Amino acid sequence: MAGRAAEALRAWGAAGPEEGRGMPVPAVCLAPALLVMAVFALALGALLRYSLFEFIPGSLRTGGITARNFRQLAAPQYLRAIWDTILLSLATTILTLLASYPVAYALARGRRGGLRSLLLVLTLAPFFTGAIVRTYAWILVLGNSGFLNTLLVRAGLRETPYQMLFTPQGVLVGLVHFSMPVMVLILGAGISHIDPTVERAAASLGANPIRTFLRVTLPLSLPGVISACVVVFAWTFSAFPTPELLGGGRVKMIANVVKDLALDSFNWPGGAAFAALALGTTFALVAGFARLIQRLQPAGHR
Amino acid sequence: MSPGWSLGRRAGHLAVAGLVAFMTLPTLVVVAASFNASAILSFPPAGYSLRWYANALTYPQFQRAALNSLLVTTAAAVLALPLGTAAVLALERGRIPARGLWAAALLSPLLIPGVVSGLGLLILGAGLGILQSRWILIFAHVVMIVPFVIRSLWVSVANLDPDLERAAASLGAGPWRVFCRVTLPLLRPGVFAALLFAVIISLNEFVVSLFISTRVTEILPVAMFTYVVNYTDPTIAALSALFIAGTFASITLADRLLDMGSVFQIARAGGGTEV
Repeated sequence: MAGRAAEALRAWGAAGPEEGRGMPVPAVCLAPALLVMAVFALALGALLRYSLFEFIPGSLRTGGITARNFRQLAAPQYLRAIWDTILLSLATTILTLLASYPVAYALARGRRGGLRSLLLVLTLAPFFTGAIVRTYAWILVLGNSGFLNTLLVRAGLRETPYQMLFTPQGVLVGLVHFSMPVMVLILGAGISHIDPTVERAAASLGANPIRTFLRVTLPLSLPGVISACVVVFAWTFSAFPTPELLGGGRVKMIANVVKDLALDSFNWPGGAAFAALALGTTFALVAGFARLIQRLQPAGHR
Repeated sequence: MSPGWSLGRRAGHLAVAGLVAFMTLPTLVVVAASFNASAILSFPPAGYSLRWYANALTYPQFQRAALNSLLVTTAAAVLALPLGTAAVLALERGRIPARGLWAAALLSPLLIPGVVSGLGLLILGAGLGILQSRWILIFAHVVMIVPFVIRSLWVSVANLDPDLERAAASLGAGPWRVFCRVTLPLLRPGVFAALLFAVIISLNEFVVSLFISTRVTEILPVAMFTYVVNYTDPTIAALSALFIAGTFASITLADRLLDMGSVFQIARAGGGTEV
């Protein structure tokens, strides 16, 4: 027994200085997870490969190497989809930020524990109920005989239903609702790390709430804000169920085009080109953000 | 403090209440619609009935899809949890070069758009001829779940007190015994959180599954999507209400059993400086 103990302790001692913390773990434990990721990388490679090969209509096999799939991106209806995607993503990010900040602030700074718990559950719950459920719920709310229109007509505010479904505005509402939980969480985490004594110091020096917010809280929460905005923008850029169901075919984002090309037309190369565009954009956003965050190291954090 | 603060606070409360109402309105509408007696989606409901629940629970395609969901989620969780746990322990404790690179690779599915993963797996699956089997679905779910497992566990692993393990070893326990009797039990909160995330993510996974499912293998969200696209009766409302009830139940359970503050830590660890 003493021999095994001595062995174990020796093994720990043999570990490098940063590893001298816990029981060392053989590196091979990483292998299964990496194997799974390697196969996944193969799938992504297959996708990129297909994007460079020619689509043969009516067949799932491909012809020779061509840039045609990418040139197709510039076709009018596809350019429109790309433009709409950029606009919707921007609008969603901004609106979600405006809507999420107060909720995040309440979560981070709220004083009654029970209320904070309730707020957290209400914020997280939609996040976990799944895309179809949440999007379908908006169909019920925004439809012509849905919740809002019935309310409007009965209250006498409108004669006929207001078309909200299958419009960009309807999709925008759905996207904002979809993104709020994520942004509230990230913002909340960021705000909770701002030292409240800094805000109190500002107040004690005579600043009113608005001034304190603009000059103290907001700047200190900026890294969290940027982080959350990048996540929401990247996520919305590739959104699929919301525009698919709430757009009714009239509002197309990039992900919808991928699905149309790949699953409806069996044009895998064409779909792959668009998918590559979505992937490239996401990676560019993340890389750009990573570089940006290296330059933002504000004071006032605990 | 000046009166401006109490006014500001009241306005803030109102704003938050309004926003919370916005966040929960669709859920309430769905639940209300699920009890609507008539097939036309209208408010207020013409009458009350449970027929849509009966319809949802007896619709053959939903039954098959629910079974598929159960199979795929269970298999994916059973595979992803040990995989992810081993990976986190190896990355935190092992002597591995380029640790950040491997961690990023394991977390990358979070960044990759669903349609990209879906189409890629479809092309690969077609090439390997495995599209008719549930294994490609299970594989896809494992890929989607592993990042969440890793995120959930990393905080727990990093916070492990090494002295406890050293104490066990000094008392004569071999490395495997230390792992089973000391390390794993200490990781229980993280593992539980990981399991919860894994199950919820997998049960609701839609976009990737849409690309690689067939009518035989499709999971519940995909079946619901097909239904919504083709029919307009409130059956989906009933099914959604059941989903929502289940989710609320599990989140409340998690809130009781876990420190929800750790969720903030998880969010910060993932959404702060590394997207």
